[in-house]
Amino acid sequence: MRPKATLGPGPEAQYRAFLRDGRFMIQRSASTGRYVFYPRVAAPGSGADDLEWVEASGLGHIYSITVNRARTGSYNIALVELDEGPRLMTRIEGVETAPIGTRVRARIVEIEGEPAVVFDIVSEEGRT
Amino acid sequence: MSARSLRGRAAIVGVGGAGWGEAPGRSAIELLAEASLAAIADAGLRLEDIDGLCAATSTHAFPTLSVAEYLGIHPVFFDGTNIGGASFEMHLLQAALALDAGVCNAVLICYGSNQRSAGGRLVSLSEPQWHETPFRPRHPITAYALAAQRHMYEFGTTREMLADIAVAARQWANLNPDAFARGPLTREDVLSARMVSDPLTSRDCCLVTDGGAACVVVRADRAKDLHRKPVYVLGVGGAHSHRSITQMADLTRTAAVESGARAFAMAGLGCADVDLVMLYDAFTITTLLFLEDLGFCPKGEGGRFVQDGAIAPGGKLAVNTNGGGLSCVHPGMYGLFLILEAVTQLRGEAGARQLSKCDVALCHGNGGTLSSQVTTLLGSEATL
Repeated sequence: MRPKATLGPGPEAQYRAFLRDGRFMIQRSASTGRYVFYPRVAAPGSGADDLEWVEASGLGHIYSITVNRARTGSYNIALVELDEGPRLMTRIEGVETAPIGTRVRARIVEIEGEPAVVFDIVSEEGRT
Repeated sequence: MSARSLRGRAAIVGVGGAGWGEAPGRSAIELLAEASLAAIADAGLRLEDIDGLCAATSTHAFPTLSVAEYLGIHPVFFDGTNIGGASFEMHLLQAALALDAGVCNAVLICYGSNQRSAGGRLVSLSEPQWHETPFRPRHPITAYALAAQRHMYEFGTTREMLADIAVAARQWANLNPDAFARGPLTREDVLSARMVSDPLTSRDCCLVTDGGAACVVVRADRAKDLHRKPVYVLGVGGAHSHRSITQMADLTRTAAVESGARAFAMAGLGCADVDLVMLYDAFTITTLLFLEDLGFCPKGEGGRFVQDGAIAPGGKLAVNTNGGGLSCVHPGMYGLFLILEAVTQLRGEAGARQLSKCDVALCHGNGGTLSSQVTTLLGSEATL
């Protein structure tokens, strides 16, 4: 065999580059329509190498949330489930915590010099 | 040939421990070696009889190399599988396979950690996940707190129910002279302890101790010729579900559903046959999740199942009779300690906490952030 030629940066670097341009992009498998996050070289499960970048709606809800109580200050850590399906780790801005099910919207901020996706609460309406 | 053919083919014939709790001035490999030599002596074997080696620690990148060199042995079979705290339950399967295939004749499974004396913090080789790092998760507790919150949301589980798990563990520990945390502990003590990561307080979290542990496994036919009462490996099943907690499909359902089903199938047993349930209790929520996922109660009912002393001494199900990771010992990777308590009970050597009948013990290991699950069924000679 001969190794596959790899052209340019991989999905992780591409994701970061999109964020630096102010775009929150996730992947979708063309064959199944399933969304994927975190970014990968192939769709998990099927192995299909047909992942394409699509703009995330940025809307989702809090799947679970905790508050880390540190001596240096408390902060929340949340799992947000995007309307497209995938979950990601993030924080909910502007509140100490919020109920599971709360609707949230993505925003790109800079954390220690790197862009990252955080979420703001958009309504108090619950949803599972 | 099916996995069932492994049932009862291997047996644990020696166990050993060293420095449980606090062992100031001792290194991880020193504790591991002392436990290993104790286990080999318990088996009535000599060091040179050991030709198989399984090891995992939080501080050794190549644990079997470090251990073999330190002990001065030259194993023909070795396995350093590291899936976190469940590694040792998986080592039991590797050992049973290697022994049954005739690759080797006596396998040492071992572990050691000095994390309490070395700094009092959980030591981990685990690499951070790049997509989580900006949000500063404090794993493992962050992941387990997220699972607990979700369980409370979906099933109405309360902090009081979780607290009852810590209280039951302490009541068992109070019967165990080797447990590190002894003394009274009430539900109120747990609830009013320092909140670490909502909804888990410091009393919902396992201990941070030192400790070494080891066991020796041989083929069942040879076990009969050794002087200790053999403990037979009746079934083992493992399952992976994720690496990052963001990828766990359902935070209230662990892969213990699959590992448990596989282990029970190999053993030809069910929950009703189990006398002792040893569950990896890194946090109170893990005991609850595994009771549900292994089938001891329906999904969502774990909180109500453990209430009011049901898993405490004298309760309806004997769970974590050593006091668990919550009150006995937890040096970072706890899986082997589950096996040691099961062997102690199956031999009838558990003293004040000895169960009146103990022929089948279930040991359930957990690793990472609810990531790896390995279930083992061990039995006395009566189960063969």
